[in-house]
Amino acid sequence: MRYEFLSVGSGDAGKMQELTEINSAVRVRRVRAADISHVIALDTRVTKIAKAEYWNDIFRRYGKQRNSERFFLVAEGRAEGAGPGFLGFIIGEVRAWEFGSSPCGWVFALSVEPKARLHGIGSALLEAISAEFRKAGVGKMRTMVARDGRLPLLFFRSEGMIAGPYIQLEKDLD
Amino acid sequence: MRLQVSTRLAIFAVLELAAREGSQLSVAEIGEKYGVSSHHLAKVMHVLGRAGLVRSVRGAGGGYQFAGNARRMTLLDVAQLFEDLNSVEQGAADATREEQTLSDVLGEIDDIARATLGSITIATMRKLVDRRAAAGSRNAEAGSSRRKGAPLRPVR
Ligand SMILES: CC(C)(COP(=O)(O)OP(=O)(O)OC[C@H]1O[C@@H](n2cnc3c(N)ncnc32)[C@H](O)[C@@H]1OP(=O)(O)O)[C@@H](O)C(=O)NCCC(=O)NCCS
Repeated sequence: MRYEFLSVGSGDAGKMQELTEINSAVRVRRVRAADISHVIALDTRVTKIAKAEYWNDIFRRYGKQRNSERFFLVAEGRAEGAGPGFLGFIIGEVRAWEFGSSPCGWVFALSVEPKARLHGIGSALLEAISAEFRKAGVGKMRTMVARDGRLPLLFFRSEGMIAGPYIQLEKDLD
Repeated sequence: MRLQVSTRLAIFAVLELAAREGSQLSVAEIGEKYGVSSHHLAKVMHVLGRAGLVRSVRGAGGGYQFAGNARRMTLLDVAQLFEDLNSVEQGAADATREEQTLSDVLGEIDDIARATLGSITIATMRKLVDRRAAAGSRNAEAGSSRRKGAPLRPVR
């Protein structure tokens, strides 16, 4: 079964608005303090590196500040089979003039509970953050994926994302 | 990047068949759309069949059917049946430093090509094709009518 996307509650983290529901098993909403332990647990399971301090800092910066251009969204299950509870998250922000680029939306974290994958939750999260970016007035969304990251590459491609006009470069600093 | 004619044909044939899951197309029908001989296409279909990507249907109205999962099969799965997509060989032990350095640079290009082909499923390709059609892209229109019946060349 696939989940329908429903609109993200606007307003800041402390003052959640009631969400409109469209007959769905999953809802996407802004992050709350109580979600962070789930974010840390999921990320630790997936990446095998525990980084609680990093996530707490991300929550302070992306969950509580400048909410009109920073989006830390969480997917939550409501029906049997899907949850209930925490299913995944996505984080992004509007960035302007980096590398000479006009304002665009950057997605820099996305993760779905392994057991809940392939049910449209990643899609719903990406759609939700796209809607937020559009509301913030940007018309382009970007992200970066490891070249050998087959799963996220397949996912982002299936969502219609294509190679962007920038090439990432690096160098060993010896 | 250039793909061989067989690879391009194989991708087009898989796209055609995947768009009609459950039904079949004859080699002649596919060949007609892309302006290629049934003889060449038959060889391509044989390779696809042996790899299990398509299945041949015997009897009257026989032909080929799609046999994979369009949401999981990637362009790389098809292309690597016809192309050597491995990175350029690391310069042999006696290769000059210049040869080795050039291999590194070409290797970067190969890695990106492989990652790109491996990230696009047949279903994603279909979406891209449909989007192009929906946009009524004049480019695509001109391209397909020009291509119809014209020989398939290894173009970019
Ligand atoms: C990438 C990820 C977020 C996708 O989440 P998801 O909820 O499983 O994705 P969806 O169910 O919405 O999938 C949407 C489409 O993506 C593609 N896709 C997702 N997983 C796939 C897989 N394992 N194989 C092939 N295609 C896949 C499919 O086209 C799928 O559509 P379909 O189910 O109709 O075929 C999830 O796999 C994940 O958390 N991975 C690990 C973390 C990660 O890599 N994050 C991204 C980098 S920050």
